[in-house]
Amino acid sequence: MEYFIELFLGGLTRGSIYALIALGYTMVYGIIELINFAHGEIYMIGAFTALIVASVLTLLGFNELSILVIASLCAVIWAASYGFTIEKLAYKPLRKAPRLSALISAIGMSIFLQNYVLLAQTSDFLPFPALMPEFGFLEPYAHIMSSAEVIIVLTTALVMAALTFLIKFTRLGKAMRATAQDRDMALLSGVNVNRVISFTFIIGSATAAVGGVLIASHIGMINFYIGFIAGIKAFTAAVLGGIGSVPGAVLGGMVLGWTESFATGYVSSDYEDVFAFTLLVLILIFRPEGILGRSTTQKV
Amino acid sequence: MEPILDVKSITMDFGGLRALDRLDLDVQKGEIVALIGPNGAGKTTFFNCITGLYSPTRGDILITPPGKKTERINGLKPNHVTERGLARTFQNIRLFQNMTVLENVMIGRHCRTRTGVAGAMLRLKSAREEEQTIVDHSRAILERIGLSQFVNDLSKNLPYGAQRRLEIARAMATDPFLLLLDEPAAGMNAQETRELDNLIKKICDEDGISILLIEHDMKLVMSLSDRIFVMDYGRKIAQGTPEEIKNDPEVIKAYLGEDPDA
Amino acid sequence: MLTFAEIKRSVLVSLWFMFLTFPIMVVRVNPIEEVVEWRWRNLIVIGAGSFALSFVWRYMMARKEAGLKRKEAGGEKAPLVRRIMDRPRLSRSIVGLVVAFVCVFPFLFSTYQVTIMSTALIYVMLGLGLNIVIGLAGLLDLGYVAFYAVGAYSYALLNFHFGVGFWIALPLGGLLGALFGVLLGFPVLRLRGDYLAIVTLGFGEIIRLILENWNEFSFGPSGIAGISRPGFFGIDMSLNTATIYVYFVLIGLVILTVFFVNRLQNSRIGRAWVALREDEIACQAMGIDKTKTKLTAFALGATWAGMAGVVFAAKTTFINPASFTFLESAIILSIVVLGGMGSIPGVILGALVLILLPEYLRAFSDYRMILFGATLVLMMVFRPQGLITGVRRVYRFQGDNGRNES
Repeated sequence: MEYFIELFLGGLTRGSIYALIALGYTMVYGIIELINFAHGEIYMIGAFTALIVASVLTLLGFNELSILVIASLCAVIWAASYGFTIEKLAYKPLRKAPRLSALISAIGMSIFLQNYVLLAQTSDFLPFPALMPEFGFLEPYAHIMSSAEVIIVLTTALVMAALTFLIKFTRLGKAMRATAQDRDMALLSGVNVNRVISFTFIIGSATAAVGGVLIASHIGMINFYIGFIAGIKAFTAAVLGGIGSVPGAVLGGMVLGWTESFATGYVSSDYEDVFAFTLLVLILIFRPEGILGRSTTQKV
Repeated sequence: MEPILDVKSITMDFGGLRALDRLDLDVQKGEIVALIGPNGAGKTTFFNCITGLYSPTRGDILITPPGKKTERINGLKPNHVTERGLARTFQNIRLFQNMTVLENVMIGRHCRTRTGVAGAMLRLKSAREEEQTIVDHSRAILERIGLSQFVNDLSKNLPYGAQRRLEIARAMATDPFLLLLDEPAAGMNAQETRELDNLIKKICDEDGISILLIEHDMKLVMSLSDRIFVMDYGRKIAQGTPEEIKNDPEVIKAYLGEDPDA
Repeated sequence: MLTFAEIKRSVLVSLWFMFLTFPIMVVRVNPIEEVVEWRWRNLIVIGAGSFALSFVWRYMMARKEAGLKRKEAGGEKAPLVRRIMDRPRLSRSIVGLVVAFVCVFPFLFSTYQVTIMSTALIYVMLGLGLNIVIGLAGLLDLGYVAFYAVGAYSYALLNFHFGVGFWIALPLGGLLGALFGVLLGFPVLRLRGDYLAIVTLGFGEIIRLILENWNEFSFGPSGIAGISRPGFFGIDMSLNTATIYVYFVLIGLVILTVFFVNRLQNSRIGRAWVALREDEIACQAMGIDKTKTKLTAFALGATWAGMAGVVFAAKTTFINPASFTFLESAIILSIVVLGGMGSIPGVILGALVLILLPEYLRAFSDYRMILFGATLVLMMVFRPQGLITGVRRVYRFQGDNGRNES
């Protein structure tokens, strides 16, 4: 039973990270129907930025709390800037092109960013400082769930709530929904579509950076390749929950997290990624609209 | 005699929205039938149901191809509907843009020919002969529709009116007994529309292909149609000869709106 | 003309990129020794580079837009291939030169050069195979390398356990590739294009992970060594001769591939693929069975990958899962995209450029993958049709210019 709870909570943490990255996928897909393959790389760049900033601040003698705050903030700012720039360079010129073109461009961008970090930094795994604080009152439960894991789960919940609020209740959210429904109509009714799409990339990238900082400081290791696998898994989570849906992304992330956690715990740890991919293939074949998605009839 | 197309009380729901509501329609052999109605009345949805792109929620779609038995075609895949002899054009032109005009028509012959991968790779005698008949047949159709000067042009480079006619040519290449035209005259000038009028009459009279068309150009509809069906909000509100439709109060109301003083 | 406004824009762009790349490009930390390296030179390089490139970018954008307008006005220039094909003497002499070069190549250059050329030829095969799937049928297959692995492992294992020879394994590898293509394609080809991309990517990774972890079957990460080279009626060959022999086997296979793909693309099936790429809905409305047609393209592409895999195993005599990562799929994709989707000469050129250039320009080889990534983006933005535009067949009829045999 203890083992079960351990796996359950492990899955919850894992799932929260997938959910954080999946949110960006789902938002971008919802608005321009593009799988932003470079999204995983944004997450990786967020983690790298945090690592670099934290290291510099440590050498300068800042205290732990201010390092955490400044490093996370920088990660979010730079990740958002990358997201914004990528959209302008690689996707905006292809809005009217066939979908295949945009998809290939996205894959190219993903490969480019991976190797950019590889060349500018290193191919080795770098140790990532434990930025997250330890809570004293959680000490007795540390064998089940560490403070870091609690923070990860809470942050995910917070980000999801904030995004839901943004999409449902703000002007920007309304504009986003309008753009997702029908870009030309939104344009005609005075929505600045370019700006809405830019904002979507910025917000999605920022959430990915949050995920990057959390997971990196939890696992304690990063390299240039972490974004690729995480990206595919987060995409799986987004599809699982129903792509385009914010609660769906979170639910999908959790389901995927638990699947991996239980499968590696009870079956075999060699095939961790195989379970995730198999789940993706099965979901796409049997319920491509996802758990929370609605099936839609293609427009003719 | 059996109507070649007999639609009985079909209903199409999208979530909570009822796009078609117990609609009946029939086409007799050799007829030109028009389906008219205000924008959003559900005309294209109706076409999509018949041609298998949508599967109607309820109702029956029966076809009786010449010399064959009556068959219910609800829920068949679009390619199977086409194989049974219904061909269509699209309101927003859907040509294969980066293929030549001739190739577009040759695609229409696909379901009437057989050559497979092995035949094509080894260029067997049967494959070569079949290829030749495809080319000849397609070329003949283009000549008939008046597009032979464009044979090797990419279809995206054609003038608008010619693109609309190429859609008809492509549909005719599938050897249909019923041709469904979705706004064939949209975007055409008066001259082009007159030519289209003649073309459709010719297809019906000489090739023996019956026609069901959606059209907004009333002059064209009145000149072509044997019978007219009028739709509004997914329902049939009138049917009859052009004369009857012109004077139908329901139709006038649907088109001009409710008179506030009445 | 350089106006003040343009310079100002470029300055802003350059400032933006200096900001953007600052943490990654300038700072490098060594967390173990706790030292930070500041590479200010990179900042200047980025600043100057993006300043200059922003002019190029805008110029290219303007050119592209002008090109689009010209196209709308109907004043499009005929593609290069078309212009060459229209001059039979020129095209015949080009073909003659290529054939002559190909024949004497292994006797003029060292074994090393021949090996590299053979590698490039394997990629030509892979590119032409993937071209069926992506270029003609428009299906984005990101797990293409899986079928390559299937071919390579089937030969390696059959050779290891049963001593099966190359010439028997070659068609078997193709067949197994096709079988896997059908097995995977059957469930996933109903999916929309972008889902297909990600599922194939996942599938490719599954195959690689299985090869890596299932030691009893595939010998895990250490791979399989000592695979037999292609035989020639049981004659013993020196390494040098064997290399040249593999080269000619590959030339033969490439010619065969070109021959078949060319016939396919102008056949009933090939037209259906292209139509499917252009418009799925219209395609179905014209009576084409979407799933069956996609499956054919998928399986045929996989067949070629399977055969290329067999040749690869026979050429290197050693394989392990590391040769079949996603990056390999990405390289093959870049070849097709750079050369021109749907264009046979384009794909051949693409493979030669992308495989040979990094070999000969050693300074480049570190930048290989980043350049592949950039190639994909830039080609899509500025020249989606690739280096050599694919051309559709021209039919001639009696009355205009003789018969329609081309």
